[in-house]
Amino acid sequence: MSAQHHAVPEPVGGPLLNKVTFIAGTLVAIMAAILLYRFIFGLGAVTNLSDGYPWGIWIVVDVMIGSAFACGGFSVAMLVYIFNKGEYHPLVRPALLASLLGYTLAGAGVIFDLGRWWNVWNMYWPWSVNPNSVMFEVAICITLYIVVMWIEFAPVFLEKLGLKDMKRKLNKFLFIVIALGTLLPMMHQSSLGTLWVVLGTQVHPLWQTPLIPALFLLSAIIMGYAVVLFESCIASSAYRRSIEVSLLNPMARIMLGVVAAYLAVRLGDVIFRGVIGRSFALSLEGLMFWLEMACFIAPFFLIGREVQRRNPARLFVAGILLMLGGSLLRLNGFLIGYDTGAGFSYFPSLSEILVTAGMFATEVFVYVIVTRRFPVLPREAPAH
Amino acid sequence: MSSRRDFLKGALAATGAMVGAGSTVVQARDTYTRPPEAMGLLYDATLCVGCKACMAACKEANNNPPEFNTVDHLWDTPLDTTGYTFNIIKMYRNGTMDTKDAEVNGYAFMKTSCMHCADPSCVSACPVSAMTKNPENGIVEYNADKCIGCRYCVAACPFGIPKYQYDDPLGRIGKCELCRHRHKDGNYSACAEVCPTGATLFGRSEDLLAEAKRRLALKPGTVTKFPRGRLRPATERMLQGKEDGKGQKNRHGWRDEPDQTYEGSVGKYVQHVYGEKEYGGTQVLKLSGVTFEKVGMPNLPPYSSAATSETIQHTLYGGLLMPIAVLGALTWVAKRNVKPDDDDAGKPGDKS
Repeated sequence: MSAQHHAVPEPVGGPLLNKVTFIAGTLVAIMAAILLYRFIFGLGAVTNLSDGYPWGIWIVVDVMIGSAFACGGFSVAMLVYIFNKGEYHPLVRPALLASLLGYTLAGAGVIFDLGRWWNVWNMYWPWSVNPNSVMFEVAICITLYIVVMWIEFAPVFLEKLGLKDMKRKLNKFLFIVIALGTLLPMMHQSSLGTLWVVLGTQVHPLWQTPLIPALFLLSAIIMGYAVVLFESCIASSAYRRSIEVSLLNPMARIMLGVVAAYLAVRLGDVIFRGVIGRSFALSLEGLMFWLEMACFIAPFFLIGREVQRRNPARLFVAGILLMLGGSLLRLNGFLIGYDTGAGFSYFPSLSEILVTAGMFATEVFVYVIVTRRFPVLPREAPAH
Repeated sequence: MSSRRDFLKGALAATGAMVGAGSTVVQARDTYTRPPEAMGLLYDATLCVGCKACMAACKEANNNPPEFNTVDHLWDTPLDTTGYTFNIIKMYRNGTMDTKDAEVNGYAFMKTSCMHCADPSCVSACPVSAMTKNPENGIVEYNADKCIGCRYCVAACPFGIPKYQYDDPLGRIGKCELCRHRHKDGNYSACAEVCPTGATLFGRSEDLLAEAKRRLALKPGTVTKFPRGRLRPATERMLQGKEDGKGQKNRHGWRDEPDQTYEGSVGKYVQHVYGEKEYGGTQVLKLSGVTFEKVGMPNLPPYSSAATSETIQHTLYGGLLMPIAVLGALTWVAKRNVKPDDDDAGKPGDKS
């Protein structure tokens, strides 16, 4: 079991107030002010939403894309515990922390956007729920998953607090939690795509397909790995730590395998449904389709070969491209390729953008504080 | 090489959710059709004179405020349906606008309001059953006390009908409910009640469909009878004036009123009853002299997207069979792979 002798997680230490936390904290404060205004004066007072575009970036970016970015925990945990790749274990905790934050914020983001948020309990009220609704399934799964992730992450806090007994007890049934933590994101990440099936012909045929749940699931897994690449590089440079290239290189290879599967389904689908021709039309949709595809194809040229994958810069760029590709798929279906008829247009207001920025800033803020004070990142080898 | 075998097992378990769809029972959900006693409207654009009496009556019946789009703020001038405007008459203009109901160099009117679909996307989309379809009369009803304001119904509707009140921190969804709040007093949809030409007619969708087809079969320019207000079924017409006193509710529950049928000439129709088959049919039906797509009625398939969406959901989650099976497989694999070394026994660095 030599593979299991990996670095033990340890707090990074260092000051909590620094340039990064200061900027992030400021953005969080601005977001709080805008949200206060929104709850007093209504959605129309701060957003550019309309009945033609009832969902803006708070839903599509903060929730749809934000939760897909938060799939790192799911993707890595699946690799370690389901595919029994124990060597990736050091990546689990940092990825899980980012996921935990991402999902908790996505859940909060939904509340900011709900026009009648005080009625939200109906989502969990057996006499109100509509099991036929895709959104109902998404909401239940995400809620459960947030709870599951807090339990999955609990050992970190228990370690810090020295509650070894409780941690040992938790470990006994952790495998159930891990299984649930793999199943739930599979369910809701695919369903986030199914959400637009009922929109019918309003969604451009390049995106409106019954295979959309499979595409969303595969791309969420890809984005999960891509985020781990991205985060590992950022954390290493910010904390001046060595990059875990020995882990990231083979993980990137697995990721490319999933990308290949995604591309096969994506291209096969548009060709089989006979709509590929629409992508060659000189239109915004056609352009966006190929931009989206390019983001998924380019990584094969960037990190296709073993030598290339040893280069952290290449891993970093490939990670960003795949995050962008998955984001474009979501953005294209829900906003750019969505057409309710003439007379409507949407571009987010400054307030909407600042709230979205504040959401990501919250994530950075909490991530820095937790990794500095709790055992999340693998301990640096003393040889350095 | 046990790790390779485990990897394969894991791969099988993990992809179960995707490929398993084919192996379990696929519960395809057919597109629903109109309930037998479905109520609706028939809008005949060739009879509409664009007086907008229906818009004013709708505002009054639903207690909605006027909306201003002119500088003087004198008249209710909505440009589209909104959270406060559930019914609007829009105008089609082409070229010299010489002839009514002509596509070229003509003009025409079109009513926009809830179609009360047989298989509504908004009802399928709504996570909290705030949007429901009445099982008897098929009216798509809204309940603000349940609504969470997620606006999935707004996004889902192919006609762009449910609208949200963005200007109000307590905003609700606004849409036509066929004046169901007036039914208990024997009153029907206000728009049909006030329509001077019978362009908007209230009645059972089945009767309205028969009336629409009768008109399509007539020769343009010939003279025929056009009912106004509420379309009475043939059985009721025979009993007219025999059992109902004036102003009383008749045996069908509607307030009795004098027959306002009049004679007029048949318009030049496009041979299509809009709403007969679209999305499995709608309870509001439309006739027009101009191609429907040009007057803002989308070209829709005969099957509903609610059926497609629910087929996918029921296939993956029907009876929770597949999730439970996948969870079982995942639990089994995870139990073998979660190593005891995850325990911190003997690890240094705990007492920070």
